Amino acid sequence: MVPELGHFALILALCIALVQSTLPLAGAARGNDAWMALARPAAQAQCLFIALAFGCLTYAFVSNDFSVKYVAEHSNTQLPLAYRVAGVWGGHEGSLLLWTLMLGLWMFAVSIFSRSLPQEMVSRVLSVMGMIGVGFLLFMLFASNPFERLLPAAADGRDLNPLLQDPGMVFHPPMLYMGYVGFSVAFAFSMAALIDGRLDATWARWSRPWTTVAWSVLTLGIALGSGWAYYVLGWGGWWFWDPVENASFMPWLVGTALIHSLAVTEKRGAFRSWTVFLAILAFSLSLLGTFLVRSGVLTSVHAFATDPKRGIFILVFLAVVVGSSLTLFAWRASKVGLGGRFALVSRESMLLTNNALLLVAAGAVLLGTLYPLVLDAFGLGKISVGPPYFEAVFVPLMAPALFLMGIAPLARWKQASLPELAVRLRWALAVSFAAAIIVPLAMGHWSTMVGFSLLLAAWIAATSVVNLKAKLAHAPKGGIGARLAQLPRSYYGMLLAHLGIAVFIVGVALVKGYEAETDVRMEVGDTAHLHGYTFRFTAINAVKGPNYTSERGTIEVTRGAEPVVTLNPEKRLYTVQNMPMTEAAIDAGFTRHLYVALGDSITPTAWVVRIYHKPFIGWIWGGCLLMGIGGLLAAFDRRYRARARAGSAQLTTAAGLNASPAR
Amino acid sequence: MRKLFVLLFGLILAGSVLAKEAPPAVPDPALEKRAMALAEELRCLVCQNQTIADSHAELAIDLKNQIREKLKAGMSEEQILQFMVARYGDFVLYKPPVKATTVPLWFGPFALLFGALAGLFYYLLRRRRSAAPQQPLSEAEQARVQALLDSPEERR
Amino acid sequence: MLRARFLIPLAVFAVVVGILGVGLTLDPREVPSPLINKPAPAFNLPQLEQPDKTISQKDMLGKVWLLNVWASWCVSCREEHSTILELARSGVVPVLGLNYKDERADGLAWLARLGNPYRISAYDRDGRIGIDYGVYGVPETYVIDKAGVIRYKRIGAVTPEVVRDKILPLVKELNGNA
Repeated sequence: MVPELGHFALILALCIALVQSTLPLAGAARGNDAWMALARPAAQAQCLFIALAFGCLTYAFVSNDFSVKYVAEHSNTQLPLAYRVAGVWGGHEGSLLLWTLMLGLWMFAVSIFSRSLPQEMVSRVLSVMGMIGVGFLLFMLFASNPFERLLPAAADGRDLNPLLQDPGMVFHPPMLYMGYVGFSVAFAFSMAALIDGRLDATWARWSRPWTTVAWSVLTLGIALGSGWAYYVLGWGGWWFWDPVENASFMPWLVGTALIHSLAVTEKRGAFRSWTVFLAILAFSLSLLGTFLVRSGVLTSVHAFATDPKRGIFILVFLAVVVGSSLTLFAWRASKVGLGGRFALVSRESMLLTNNALLLVAAGAVLLGTLYPLVLDAFGLGKISVGPPYFEAVFVPLMAPALFLMGIAPLARWKQASLPELAVRLRWALAVSFAAAIIVPLAMGHWSTMVGFSLLLAAWIAATSVVNLKAKLAHAPKGGIGARLAQLPRSYYGMLLAHLGIAVFIVGVALVKGYEAETDVRMEVGDTAHLHGYTFRFTAINAVKGPNYTSERGTIEVTRGAEPVVTLNPEKRLYTVQNMPMTEAAIDAGFTRHLYVALGDSITPTAWVVRIYHKPFIGWIWGGCLLMGIGGLLAAFDRRYRARARAGSAQLTTAAGLNASPAR
Repeated sequence: MRKLFVLLFGLILAGSVLAKEAPPAVPDPALEKRAMALAEELRCLVCQNQTIADSHAELAIDLKNQIREKLKAGMSEEQILQFMVARYGDFVLYKPPVKATTVPLWFGPFALLFGALAGLFYYLLRRRRSAAPQQPLSEAEQARVQALLDSPEERR
Repeated sequence: MLRARFLIPLAVFAVVVGILGVGLTLDPREVPSPLINKPAPAFNLPQLEQPDKTISQKDMLGKVWLLNVWASWCVSCREEHSTILELARSGVVPVLGLNYKDERADGLAWLARLGNPYRISAYDRDGRIGIDYGVYGVPETYVIDKAGVIRYKRIGAVTPEVVRDKILPLVKELNGNA
């Protein structure tokens, strides 16, 4: 009964989506207020029905309804409740429903927070989002129905993949999808602008917070995935350049370019058609990612069970959405124009360079990910492209962008002076070099890779300080506290996000350069030493979990005479799928992680134990967290939340001044 | 009393012998390090998303053993990689080789970078040259500018 | 001119979609063999049925033959076994087996139960010869010509279609269309 209700809700959502995609759009073209007025309620109703469907599927999972095929494939009576809920998005059909739910939620948000927008624009934006909804709902109803029945019902389910039975599964996919789908808002805004033929700084002001929130959430989603892989996979890796990871990284790179481009469009009215293009590209890459995970075109740990028929559907959908948007772009972008005047050396040109670098980086990742497929498609043999390629290529591409990150915030709009910048930044450069030399030596031994990375990280930090000082000096008078409070939230957002990158680089460089490891054979009572820590294997116990059995080791860690922590690494066997899993034990400290994992048992009392000392690895995710918070801070700057009233009149005048004649 | 002392002493001795410094998991850690470094450059063909080093597949274990044996026998890293490629093709290498078919892969990004930066530079130069000369503002425009500058909008 | 520049993204996208479309027809997991048109790697293994005798690829020189890699623990091998049996019974081409990473007793029992299409099965207990042949999953089948050169490798189970469309025509050609 409940699954049928969910199925019906999806059908209703599709009908509403069809209405939403057509009538408001037509209404905007014809000036029909009644049709345009349909947009908001349609979006809200659509969200409601999708949420209802999602609720029904969740109910089926929680109540162990194994007459639903999808539930039987991904759940089990012994599965703890949290993972029965997370299991909803554990497979292809359910994750599509999650995707669609995120779309519904974003549509809902747009319908509420857009009171100050002109009616035509809201109609067009929601129509475009509706069209995307139509695609996904059609796909689900015709090729990936999560509510398909399994008759006779299974006695028990096949269980959720043990790798997914983890808190990471509860948070990572929803956050990630929220980010992916969030770019559809920027996409929809771009489409609306192209259809309208007008795009001004106010358009950028409206799109910007939506895009920044999507970007922040995507940052956090990717970071969660990385952290999850780190503690689950048992050997401490955190990024594998896996095709699906790359599929999430590419929209992130383009999204970063987009938020910077939007900044320029908002402040200076420049880069207009370029920003529109980036918004299309970011969302296209999100859709491409969706295709890659489900089509079976590339092998990946993340790939869902594949079916070429589904692959064809998504490819067609991708071709239609991206193809039509790029066609519209080709047709109308010249009307929108690039806008703005700026010198060869100016903040604008530096941001444009930043964009170019980020796009080339995204292009390199795309090239590496798809190249094996290209060669295979042309019958030129089969190669594999792994991390060594990506690392060799990506780092040199990013280095100039990181260097620019220090300079651009200090450069003037429209016309900047290189000699002046050099003078202002000479101390920052000196400090950066000092840090780059001192820190590696303090850590133990010199490494050029570490030195160079720290140079960039320190550069970003030092230039941020210079920037902040300059800003405070120019602020109206008052104590330091008052002057700090005067600076807008968006400024702190930028500062925090940029610092986040510096922190991230420090984490990566130091852990890669100074990680220590020891693989030992331990019996109960044995000790091992690593980096000044003593690890004593005190016990091994058989433990029973809700749906697994486990061998649980106890390792007491001391430093000198001081006890540090007791760690419990486990070797689990999940009974339903008979799958072994290594649960590493991590002592997560600010300056280092101690990572202990059980290898194989040589005899019942002797185990291979892998011990790692990973300095500053926590800074990798700490940096990402800072980036995400920075983004959210910037998105909630007061100027986006100010009531339109008198403000919009002046905004329009400012936009009128800024906008150059269409070129 | 004497017996107690002997017993105690014996226990302590036994305890210290039993609880020892854990030996390395493998007999030759230096060889193992070299073997693992090589194994990390090879893709496991069974679990194709992992290196032979990380994979627990039987083939991966067999190949790791082969690597160890060959290193002990004195083969160089390069020769061992060639051994693998001769049997499994380029696919087994994690780092794609540089050959005629992979030139676009390896040089593409840098060509793209160069092209993008050159194009950007050229574009910016062209814009500067074609920029219309600035005309002084009229009275009315001046007044508008002043009014806007004086408004309580945030200064950025 | 302005318009043309804006069409570039669309053109690039069309190419990408084309490639992805072709990609849907390919299998990313299949690893083609670099041994095609190269001499079959040498082996001198004990026979499965008669452990005191050996079998080598040299023994088959002058004949076109099939080498079928199998194991008793392999499910797909069971699926293709009837096809292999039929092919062997037809007498068109001799089939030799390579029993890969198996227990002798298990292998013999499997053949007894399901039928033995192989002239002789070589017993590759530790899988080394398998590695030399680039075996990464069972079953795999090789067509080897009179000079001992590998001409074709089938990865995965041999189906009647593969026999009809690939193996038989190739064998006929290698035999000089006899």
